[in-house]
Amino acid sequence: MSAQPYGLIATFDDVPSLYHAAESVRDAGYRNWDCITPFPVHGLDKAMGLRRSIVPRISLAGGITGFLTGMSLIWWTGAVDYKLIVGGKPYFSPMFAFPVAYELTILFTAFATIIGMFVLNGLPMHYHPVLKYDQIRRGMDDTFFIVIEARDPRFNLENTKALLARAGGKAITELEA
Amino acid sequence: MAHAEHSSPAHPLLQEVRPAELPRAVLVENNRSFNWITEKICGIIEGKTPTWWWICFVLACFVASFTVAGITYLVATGVGVWGHANPVNWAWDIVNFVFWIGIGHAGTLISAILCLLRQKWRTSINRAAEAMTIFAVVCAAIFPVFHVGRVWFAWYLFPIPNSNAIWQNFRSPLEWDVFAVSTYGTVSVLFWYVGLIPDLAVLRDRFFAAGNRLRATLYGLFALGWRGSNRHWSNYEMAYLILAGISTPLVLSVHTIVSFDFAVSLLPGWHTTIFPPYFVAGAIFSGFGMVLTLMLPLRAVYKLEDLITQYHIDCMCKITLATGTIVGYAYGMEFFIAWYGANPYEGFAFVNRAFGHYAWAYWIMISCNVITPQFFWFKAVRENTALVWVLSIFVNVGMWFERFVIIVTSLARDFLPSSWGYYSPSIVEIFTFFGTFGVFSVLFLLFIRFLPVMPMAELKAVTPQADVHGGHGNAKH
Repeated sequence: MSAQPYGLIATFDDVPSLYHAAESVRDAGYRNWDCITPFPVHGLDKAMGLRRSIVPRISLAGGITGFLTGMSLIWWTGAVDYKLIVGGKPYFSPMFAFPVAYELTILFTAFATIIGMFVLNGLPMHYHPVLKYDQIRRGMDDTFFIVIEARDPRFNLENTKALLARAGGKAITELEA
Repeated sequence: MAHAEHSSPAHPLLQEVRPAELPRAVLVENNRSFNWITEKICGIIEGKTPTWWWICFVLACFVASFTVAGITYLVATGVGVWGHANPVNWAWDIVNFVFWIGIGHAGTLISAILCLLRQKWRTSINRAAEAMTIFAVVCAAIFPVFHVGRVWFAWYLFPIPNSNAIWQNFRSPLEWDVFAVSTYGTVSVLFWYVGLIPDLAVLRDRFFAAGNRLRATLYGLFALGWRGSNRHWSNYEMAYLILAGISTPLVLSVHTIVSFDFAVSLLPGWHTTIFPPYFVAGAIFSGFGMVLTLMLPLRAVYKLEDLITQYHIDCMCKITLATGTIVGYAYGMEFFIAWYGANPYEGFAFVNRAFGHYAWAYWIMISCNVITPQFFWFKAVRENTALVWVLSIFVNVGMWFERFVIIVTSLARDFLPSSWGYYSPSIVEIFTFFGTFGVFSVLFLLFIRFLPVMPMAELKAVTPQADVHGGHGNAKH
């Protein structure tokens, strides 16, 4: 491989060894690296030094938008655009508008949460160097990987390889960019 | 105070006392490996289509054709081909709508409320239960949409500008219901799809390795390039938790709003404040009935006993028992309030339910909904899978009759005795309702053939070997 590789990938057979390896990669000060796991490993975020996800902020924004959409929709259609007396009730009241605004709060929160999650994750992304690794299928099944990217300032082919080997990584392979 | 006791020398006998060992129920039996779970669930999809599947599928398509026939005839003729007439203007259509919507509620309860309550046993049944929710909402939606008569104007239900420049009446619970049910359907699909993404990635890679490019491409398209990255999982887990958090008030609100369709009216027997909690409990009760009806055969056919254990069945039976008992309490409380409220019309409505022309329906409802779940007190019953399955069918039947009793008896004997009537369904209604079981089965059979019936990622995460401290997860948490 002549060109700079995308990074290095190391294999781990079980959760505890991945967890401890993640701690040592974190402590070595790497920034652009990742763990590949077939399921969300409880506590791995901390071992990787990840901050709390910001998805909830996007959800909150979606929820507020949904509530205001519901309320203003009912106010504008009933009290502004076409006033119609129904059953002697007021043109607008937050009381009868509440159920619809409530449902729209939930609907918009759901969309904001999911779209926010995809945007933060950079998905959909159907092409990725990691997906080209011939063993990646096992990362969806029962094996765990750590990937350290070459663009990390601390990346050095020999030293990073040594770090992964010390941490217990097997089959350390260069990933084609 | 505790500190003072701690420092004083304990009685020698107390030092010998050890807390009882209460082992957690094992969620995946026989200590199966991650790979075993993948092979088991993917094997269902990758294997040859079994003969029984084709037989069921053809049968389900045949049954579904009854709905197609019923609806085609209705659209071609008019909504008068259904049996409702004054005073019973809501009948089987609304009964069936509430029945199917209610069934969906167990799916959301399992996926959302049990997720928030950290009931890990939900993992093996949540995927199929959510699928059940979506398909039940599809079946439910058929009835109100075609009950509007001119179905090509059904879009009038939504605030879309139209040539009359008139808007929907947002004071009406029926309009609230439009928003509740469409939000419920949409959020259920989103929740289900988000849960499916990691499993679709598994299938994508397996089909790719097996050389099946077409299926690898199709699963891959919907897997959105998922690669199991923990940076992704971190956002994913948070998003999943929020979806569970918002689905919980959603599921409670949907059947509450469905009950408002009745409770906000002035009709004796409908106009009661107990309706929202009573409808929600009934919905969960009927939904768990349906989950048991579906999961027990699935477990037997695909030999999933290690994943759907006796503990899971016990849990489901106990929820059925609890909600069924709440429903029974609500029946009693309705009668009490009818008497205690001293309103003669209300009192008449309830006496008429139990002893009037529709008494047969009332007593079917009582026996199926109040007596049936009481069998689940007994461990021997819960461990007899065939009996549990039969009882779950009774629950389904009983909950259909509950909606029939509430809707039809109140309308058939309203305020004006001169307009009293007796409602019977027409053959078109019977066809349409019968066929929805086919529609539901067709969708469910396609689901179990093409999508993973259990969330593999979530199942793996509840096994002991998923614990970062080396497999003591069950004992510690």
